Amino acid sequence: MGAAPFLELDAIVKRHAGRAALDGVTLGVEAGSFVALVGPSGSGKTTLLKTINRLAEQDEGSVRLIGRDVRETSPAQLRRGIGYVFQGIGLFPHMDVAANVAIALRLAGVPAAEQEGRVGELLDLVALPREFARRRPLALSGGQAQRVGLARALAARPPLMLMDEPFGALDPVTRDALGRAYRALHERLRLTTIMVTHDMTEALLLADRIVVLIGGRVRADAPPAALMHFGGDAEVRALLDVPRRQAERLAALGAGR
Amino acid sequence: MSGAFQDAVAALPDLVRAHVLLSAASLAIAIAVGLPLALWAAGHRRARVPLLGAVSLIQTIPALALLALFYPMLLIVDRVAHLALPALGFLPALIALSLYALLPIVRNAVAAREGLDPNVLEAADGVGMTRGQRLRLVELPLGAPVLLAGIRTASVWTIGAATLATTVGQPSLGNLIFSGLQTEDWVRVLVGCAAAAALAIVADGLLALIESGLARASSRRTVAGAALLAAMLIASQVSWGTGAARERVIVGAKNFSEQYILAAALSDRLDAAGYGSEAREDLGSATAYRALAAGDIDVYVDYGGTLWANVLKRTDTPPAPALRVALTRELARRDGVLVLGPLGFENAYALAMRRSRAQALGVRSLDDLARVAPQLRLGSDIEFLSRPEWRSVAAAYGLRFAATRSFSPTFMYRAVADGSVDVISAFSSDGRIAALDLVTLADPRRALPSYEALLLVSPRRAHDARFLAALRPLLGTIPIERMRQANLMVDRDTDKKSPAEAARWLLPPGR
Repeated sequence: MGAAPFLELDAIVKRHAGRAALDGVTLGVEAGSFVALVGPSGSGKTTLLKTINRLAEQDEGSVRLIGRDVRETSPAQLRRGIGYVFQGIGLFPHMDVAANVAIALRLAGVPAAEQEGRVGELLDLVALPREFARRRPLALSGGQAQRVGLARALAARPPLMLMDEPFGALDPVTRDALGRAYRALHERLRLTTIMVTHDMTEALLLADRIVVLIGGRVRADAPPAALMHFGGDAEVRALLDVPRRQAERLAALGAGR
Repeated sequence: MSGAFQDAVAALPDLVRAHVLLSAASLAIAIAVGLPLALWAAGHRRARVPLLGAVSLIQTIPALALLALFYPMLLIVDRVAHLALPALGFLPALIALSLYALLPIVRNAVAAREGLDPNVLEAADGVGMTRGQRLRLVELPLGAPVLLAGIRTASVWTIGAATLATTVGQPSLGNLIFSGLQTEDWVRVLVGCAAAAALAIVADGLLALIESGLARASSRRTVAGAALLAAMLIASQVSWGTGAARERVIVGAKNFSEQYILAAALSDRLDAAGYGSEAREDLGSATAYRALAAGDIDVYVDYGGTLWANVLKRTDTPPAPALRVALTRELARRDGVLVLGPLGFENAYALAMRRSRAQALGVRSLDDLARVAPQLRLGSDIEFLSRPEWRSVAAAYGLRFAATRSFSPTFMYRAVADGSVDVISAFSSDGRIAALDLVTLADPRRALPSYEALLLVSPRRAHDARFLAALRPLLGTIPIERMRQANLMVDRDTDKKSPAEAARWLLPPGR
């Protein structure tokens, strides 16, 4: 691992009305890793994620993707090479599922015939029946819509996926199923994933590295197993106590105590 | 009746063409200005409130007033910037109607943009759309139904309001409506209204087709609607008449029957002399003279006393020949306007009463009237009470009435006939004076100036020998009785004639 990391965030500062929302965040991400950005509301995790595909512009510091500052590429061009999935999903209501999934291909000028074949593959990938291609977004359930959103983000075969509370609006069963399905895709497609979540349990179960952001600073950065034994910062421990207590309580219930 | 209908229908093709061109151009400008404005406002939250406020403010000005305001405004711009802008006709109508169409377009465009789901916009950015792609692929298709609803509203308003363009000298279907109203030619009014309504319905229907096409993402409907709309636009602009290149001259007329008849007579003469004449009807008194001086119209008939008081701001009342000589000299010196000469009759302001009422009260002159005026009601035309003549006559005789009411001329005569008012500000050449058995009251103190009908020529034509030769034969050929008779033909309720027919009776062609 002598080469520069796949993605480098270097001393990122972002101010909102004089207050530092991001207060000098430095982070390196290896290719193929699954990083969860965890923190309470207002910790700056979404803003940090958005500096990577320039949906947010930092005031100081730089973001380098494969050694190159993202600000050297136009926002539209940059984003076409990065998958983006967010809680609001944002499917285009006037286009059918196929057109939604193929939008990145259309922007890249891929011929229509080729787009069609790729849409089928992508629907298979996110485990949706191919006949969904002709449906309108309004006719989909929340889980189905986010699968389409996922397929749309994967269409241009981006090496990097940015996910902002991607499963936040789904019911617990769908959320769990989609989370595990995505983790499998991450392995299979050798993606690099950065996922923002405020749910520590989700982060612990899906990611292989957890970055805890509080007040715009990195307060912990460790693999899930190491984090469970985190001994420092009380605020970080408080975040970890929630899933731990829940697990103990559930285990106790299971043991009939 | 059938004559009036044929006359009205014969005028339709030209008027429809002018009406459609004006409406379409106004809408195109309103869309071209309004959409970028709305788009800009969408990105500048603080600009939105003042912008919507401003376009709403324009909307509160009555359309007629907005049109009328652009005439003096363009004159001022013209004078300051020396741009030689035409202050009358197409340009002021175009500007006023474009401004008027802005509100529904801007308001709906802003609403369309605000109604978009922010998640959809974030997704559009997230997948890597440029601003242009986002606008074309996402914002326009999603906002189109609301946007188009605004354009539909604007088009119906504009086609309706374009009838008012007649008042600033731009031909439109309003020509039929306004001249029909003045002469109580209801067939003419109905033809004008029906044609304007039909245009509005067709335009609205085709835009509705495009709108439904966009809403259902059916490109067939959208294309069909757009193609039909384009076809109608082109068809309306095809010239059906003879396209021979004639030198264009513009004949002006104020807004009453005598003026329509005289304008038609002038047009006949000029057409016979090889000119292609166009009418600018329903001009206000002050507008007509300014338009002539500015060269927006080439010739029209005005009255000595009107020019004396309104243009030269004089309050004395010299006898007719002296007044004419002074006017000829002053108008030429001031504005380069040529007073070609008198037509032979006078259309003076005169106070008139029903004969029976006047006899019962023992009123024969304005002196007699002053005694009983405090018990009487005065009906006047819309401008009389604000004119210097009224101030002068009121001061000379000490006239004070119990009440005063303003009417359009036609309704003023109705009002005196049915006793709603006792005295009216009549016109001495009006055929209805004899027809309604009215008497005009003598003016022993000569408070009212002479109102000889004078032929006025614009500075541009003042040295055009052929033009002047075509008009000169009219001078001194219209005695008051014939003018009254011609006016009555147009104003009476039965066996009504159109102004063009009355003009041919008054001055038979080839005489």
